[in-house]
Amino acid sequence: MKVLIYGIINSVIFALMASGFALVYSISGIPNFAHGAMYVIAAYFTWLLLTNLGLPYLLAIILGVGIVGLIGALMYRFLLIRVRGMALSEIIGSFAIGLGILELVRFAGLKMLAYHLPPYIAGMVEIAGVPVDLHRIAIVGIALVVFVGLWLFTHYSKLGLSLRGIAQDERTAMLLGIDSDRAALVVMVLGSSVAGLAGVVLVPLGTIAVEAGYEVLIYALAICILGGLGNWVGALVGSFVIGFAQIITVNFIGSQWQIVVALLAIIIILILKPSGLFGRQKELEERV
Amino acid sequence: MAMTKRRERLDRGIRVRTEGFYALLSWREIGYLVAPRAALIIGLLILPLIMPNVYWQRVVCLMGLFALLALCFDFLAEFVGLICLGTALFVGVGGYLSAILNAWLGLPLLLTIPIATVGGAIFCTLLLLPCFPLRGIYFAIMTLIYPMMAARVIEALGILGSTNGISGLSGFPNIWVELYLIIGVGLVCLFGLRRLVGEDIGLVLRGVKDNDQAIKASGMNITHYKILATFIASGIGSFVGSYLAHLYQWAGLSLFALDFSILPISASIVGGLGTLAGPMLGAFMLTPLSELLRSLGGLRIAIYAIILVFFIFFRTEGLLNYAQRKYHQFQHWVEV
Amino acid sequence: MNVETIPPVIQVKNISKSFGGIMAVMDLSFELNKGEVLGIIGPNGSGKTTLLNCITGFIKQDSGRVFFKGRDITGYPPHKIADMGIGRTFQIMRPFYTLPAYRNIVVSLFSPRARRFAGAGKLGDRDAVAIDILEDVGFERDAYVPYKPAGALPLGYLKRLELARCIALRADIMLCDEIFSGLSAAEIATMVPLVERLNMEGSTFIMIEHRLRELFRVANRVIVLNFGEKIFEGKPEEALEDKTVREAYFGKGKEVVL
Repeated sequence: MKVLIYGIINSVIFALMASGFALVYSISGIPNFAHGAMYVIAAYFTWLLLTNLGLPYLLAIILGVGIVGLIGALMYRFLLIRVRGMALSEIIGSFAIGLGILELVRFAGLKMLAYHLPPYIAGMVEIAGVPVDLHRIAIVGIALVVFVGLWLFTHYSKLGLSLRGIAQDERTAMLLGIDSDRAALVVMVLGSSVAGLAGVVLVPLGTIAVEAGYEVLIYALAICILGGLGNWVGALVGSFVIGFAQIITVNFIGSQWQIVVALLAIIIILILKPSGLFGRQKELEERV
Repeated sequence: MAMTKRRERLDRGIRVRTEGFYALLSWREIGYLVAPRAALIIGLLILPLIMPNVYWQRVVCLMGLFALLALCFDFLAEFVGLICLGTALFVGVGGYLSAILNAWLGLPLLLTIPIATVGGAIFCTLLLLPCFPLRGIYFAIMTLIYPMMAARVIEALGILGSTNGISGLSGFPNIWVELYLIIGVGLVCLFGLRRLVGEDIGLVLRGVKDNDQAIKASGMNITHYKILATFIASGIGSFVGSYLAHLYQWAGLSLFALDFSILPISASIVGGLGTLAGPMLGAFMLTPLSELLRSLGGLRIAIYAIILVFFIFFRTEGLLNYAQRKYHQFQHWVEV
Repeated sequence: MNVETIPPVIQVKNISKSFGGIMAVMDLSFELNKGEVLGIIGPNGSGKTTLLNCITGFIKQDSGRVFFKGRDITGYPPHKIADMGIGRTFQIMRPFYTLPAYRNIVVSLFSPRARRFAGAGKLGDRDAVAIDILEDVGFERDAYVPYKPAGALPLGYLKRLELARCIALRADIMLCDEIFSGLSAAEIATMVPLVERLNMEGSTFIMIEHRLRELFRVANRVIVLNFGEKIFEGKPEEALEDKTVREAYFGKGKEVVL
């Protein structure tokens, strides 16, 4: 029972971490390696607003996420747009941006234990005999809201449907009048914001550390590969696979094997089903 | 606004005079061909002799190391289409393998370096095997995650010396061996790879990058060639790792550090992708810079990142490509 | 050559392929005999290129089997099928744009299949063999043409380059995807005899074409496809007389005098 509940919580946490990257890649094809950086600076800005300016918590969170969305938009509009379509430059460029941001933040003095954000709701509660702290429940709640919101957005709103159109077939969507660059901008903002939200929501569980930026990037990439690059639903499923795999490992084998299990999971899935669980080697892409 | 001047580009005629057989017609043409290459070789060979002290000689060693790694990256990225974001993986594997062979099994240096090179190549190629049939981005992501995960696995499981690393490796006999070994290997790899990509097999590798339908329709297995290219590149990387381990007589988690992935990439972009010599020159420029900035700690990586961003988005060509263009052409403004 | 006594070289049985909801190829079967030129024609979107991709392994069909000299090659990867001697050309050509034309052939000469045959050249010789093959195909040897970067070649030469690629591969069977299309009258005047000559030298052809006049000069037999189904199989002259074929091309209820 404990495994089930913590498994769900862990999976949802991973899903939050991975969604930002999965969204951006599946819709605009840009691999946003600055994903981890977005996570960390959202938390950092929120902390700044909270402690130095004394803003109320909720406002600080909204502003923090907003700033990160803005950074994502600027990053796209002035840098990534120049190399759209050139895989090498996109990958290295976004990686360099993320790296630069993270290392600058590290240099600006963000050390390990000094900075933390308070949990939203303090206290614990018992579910089916398993103690769970309320902040984690709040995380699951927020994640649910975000995912349902994203699903509704992409299925029912005009902008969201146009995003799905671009994801399926870029050329045809452009023929229908959907601006590919604008879609990419929107999805960058969305993806960065989700990454930022993940940061703001998850950091109260621990402390803000620049290392977390790299961790999040690794996990997000790993989950997306497992679930299939280019498929947001795949990322969700992948996060459940890794989430449960980790909790089972912690409870039955030993917590230091977590990373090994995650790595093995990816390798095994890549061997068995090359494009990941839900990915497709798009046949039409190789159209001759 | 009336344009009164326009840019006129004139060919210096070097390319047409030195292409193929005609280069042998006179000493001047041979000079055009040989001069850049000779300058590189002679410059590298006398570099260790003009360094003021041991510290700077060590820096030359590091320059050679990063030059080799940059060579790996350029070879994989421009000639095979595989973007390797984790040359640190090769370095780490080579280093640890060397350490195990030397410190735990007691093999001498002359054996550990070759064995680590080949063994590291085999191991890294096996690790990356699942992603060869897939699109290039899978390779990029896997090479990024592997070194970071490897470091965490070693730390978490406490194997291979964990955070302390494996120490007590045998070192090189003297500084001159260190220097000329790396410079020699560097030159051999540079000219060897240049020869390789000019050969027919290099053409096939280039086909893997941008014309895979012709390769498939000619009866050649793309995965096979990706394996070959990765084997070569990871071999060079493992050599670097093994050399590094013996240089500092220690192998530890820092061999998987991001440094070893980022600096080669920056060097390649700055130096000019596609010309195998460009990344080497880029490494020669960036490594001393990194040593000078060592006092700034983490800011060093931030500075590389900024340089990288500038070059990737605004001057993708790179320095050597620009220089090559200028070598063959010059431009001036003329009246319209 | 009596083509009926030798078993068919390629047999295609009940191939079906759909992309999403669209049935590109529906339950198609036919046979190819050694030494013949089989034409595959049909309106646009009738599944011709998809059929070719399924046979050569570039696309995996949903159902059906392909046999080559009696051997089941269904599901084989494209490089293995090419290695067996089935060469193909591509409708959308992607040569190495910056390299000279003859370097493009070198890739095919480097392939394992070509290397098994003597005369494919080793090491430096491949360049010379490539230029020989190009001359065979119609590039003027003494002119600058074989040395021009492939990106600068006009369409006629590019199509010939594709054919040269198959020849370099020493393919017994060549599947040509629209090599006559887009060519001017002068270019076609040299392409058709080239195909005839290759056929006489022993190559078997499947040609997907839109230019029916030229195709019918070389083809022994044609298959007509429409919306993925085979609607006619037989002699070229009879194809245009057949009622179903006319309806496919011109629509129902129209009387057209050719």
